[in-house]
Amino acid sequence: MRLNYPSNVKIVKIPCTGRVDIMMILRAFESGVDGVFVAGCLEGECHFLKGNLRAKKRVQYVKGLLDESGIDGARVEMYNLSAAQGQRFAAVAREMTEKVRLLGPSPVKIGR
Amino acid sequence: MIVANRKPLEEILEMIRPYKKILLLGCNECVTVCAAGGQREVGVLASELRLSRAKDGNEIEIREHTLERQCDHEYIDQIRPFVGDYEIVLSMACGAGVQYVAETCRSKLVVPAVDTTFLGVTMEQGVWSERCQGCGNCILDKTGGICPIARCAKSLLNGPCGGSSGGKCEIDKEVDCGWQLIIDRLQELGQMDRYEEIIPVKDWTTARDGGPRKRMREDLRL
Amino acid sequence: MTNTGSNIERILDTGGFVVTSECGPPRGADAGVVRKKGELLRGVVDAVNVTDNQTSVVRMSSLSACVILKEMGFDPILQMVCRDRNRIALQSDLLGAAALGINNVLCLSGDHQKFGDHPQAKNVFDIDSIQLIQAVRRMRDEGKFIGGEEIKGKPVLFIGAAANPFADPFEIRAPRLGKKVKAGCEFIQTQCIYNLERFERWMAMVRDRGLHEKCAILAGVTPFKSVGMAKYMKNQVPGMDVPDEMIERMKGVPKEKQTEEGIKICVETIQRLREIPGVRGIHIMAIEWEDRVSEIAKAAGLLPRPQLP
Repeated sequence: MRLNYPSNVKIVKIPCTGRVDIMMILRAFESGVDGVFVAGCLEGECHFLKGNLRAKKRVQYVKGLLDESGIDGARVEMYNLSAAQGQRFAAVAREMTEKVRLLGPSPVKIGR
Repeated sequence: MIVANRKPLEEILEMIRPYKKILLLGCNECVTVCAAGGQREVGVLASELRLSRAKDGNEIEIREHTLERQCDHEYIDQIRPFVGDYEIVLSMACGAGVQYVAETCRSKLVVPAVDTTFLGVTMEQGVWSERCQGCGNCILDKTGGICPIARCAKSLLNGPCGGSSGGKCEIDKEVDCGWQLIIDRLQELGQMDRYEEIIPVKDWTTARDGGPRKRMREDLRL
Repeated sequence: MTNTGSNIERILDTGGFVVTSECGPPRGADAGVVRKKGELLRGVVDAVNVTDNQTSVVRMSSLSACVILKEMGFDPILQMVCRDRNRIALQSDLLGAAALGINNVLCLSGDHQKFGDHPQAKNVFDIDSIQLIQAVRRMRDEGKFIGGEEIKGKPVLFIGAAANPFADPFEIRAPRLGKKVKAGCEFIQTQCIYNLERFERWMAMVRDRGLHEKCAILAGVTPFKSVGMAKYMKNQVPGMDVPDEMIERMKGVPKEKQTEEGIKICVETIQRLREIPGVRGIHIMAIEWEDRVSEIAKAAGLLPRPQLP
């Protein structure tokens, strides 16, 4: 579709958002990213039944960990969209980029 | 198992504030099962600590290490070769583990990263609940297999009190009345006659009240 | 039966009907408050309960307030909860109470400290209310401490306990009273009664077991001050049974008349309770409303109280 989305977004491919582990997200922040969004399938349409619902809970948990660490839990979000919604993916990428831009750079200075 | 709860990050950060090199020590036993201080929780806490300290420009070096058990010398001995490289040990084991590591590594300050709470069971994934208080003198045979000491908020041996309402305890509508559970069970077992027996005053000498406890089996000693 | 000097025991012995009320000690060291509350009950009751840090709120000790009331000529009932003292302290206070001329003790487990002003406190519950009854009985009748040692100078006390006919599970409410009687309890004061039908069912179970013959049942009542209080009792107080009709009846009268209606309900309840076989007395708990007890007792035909030599 050759849709444009912000070039600062780096995609980490996983077979299902159920594969998302708390440590994956934390490591991303440790490596200096400013935000993470998890793009899962629409709720109720997980091929593995509950993968995206589990991811949602984990994202929620990580928000708490980030808040506790003074990083701001708003830097991580979960979105639900189907593989056919390329337009929505681009829109979400822009929305999240904008949100993180408003939050400013991550206070973590590791690897910078 | 012994159930514990991770301490709030703020409290842990305060304990390790002056230190830059820490050994974060997990335990593969109970605290792993109750997801408070196993290898995974070690990873998460280490990450949180690094993020938090990096944010303040006060970076920290953390060695993550998880022992098979922190309540046995033979496993604690495994950290001897490298514990000296760190300024402080942050233990994620139960209170027993924290103390035993401290006893073993006398030159090191050993601090706790979890609050040890109770002896309990896994009710479902992610939910644990108390069952035993280790009083040293089990009476489960008299109470339908449900412990009034651990499960009644007042540890009444002849309950329930007047605050039992709809099967719940007066202290919290989410908490089951231990005595309601006992009575239900005695009824199921056809042992309601047991309810009419007065359980006599308890001898607490076998509990914590009798002082620190120790158990020995001569035949096993080397 | 041991002669304890208790007014309750003496009236029961002559087949009389007992009236008791309660006096909550103040949250301070002012003896005047106790005396003032006491004055309101003069000539109205046979004995006065003195609560023991009720609802786990720190107050003047029950024993001290008992002594103040004793000096005024009352026969106080020392309430004792197991929450704050272990068996050493409880037995010691029992000896002290008897030495100071207290004649009655009411053995209770005690509210959980969660409800009080020091929810952070460590609770004791070394023994429970039934075990406390047993202990007092053994101290008095056998002259032995819980630990088995002999007592020099037995504490002569009339032994009471509480019962809540409305707590759950209902089916063990009578067996539980049976345990208290077996432990040696001589009188019972019940939780406030609003649901008379359920209370009658409980009394029938009590009579079936013959418990009313071994132990005097004093039925508890508390007047409503307002419809708000009635709703609070119904919804917020664990183990309290307030039927909807009663709330409706309170609602049915204008606000300024609710107090009178509450007292009227209380008086009617007392009159019905007196008719129930096995009820040997009334315990009027007018929480921080001691000035109305005399009016209630009078309207219910409970006055004058017998003159005891």
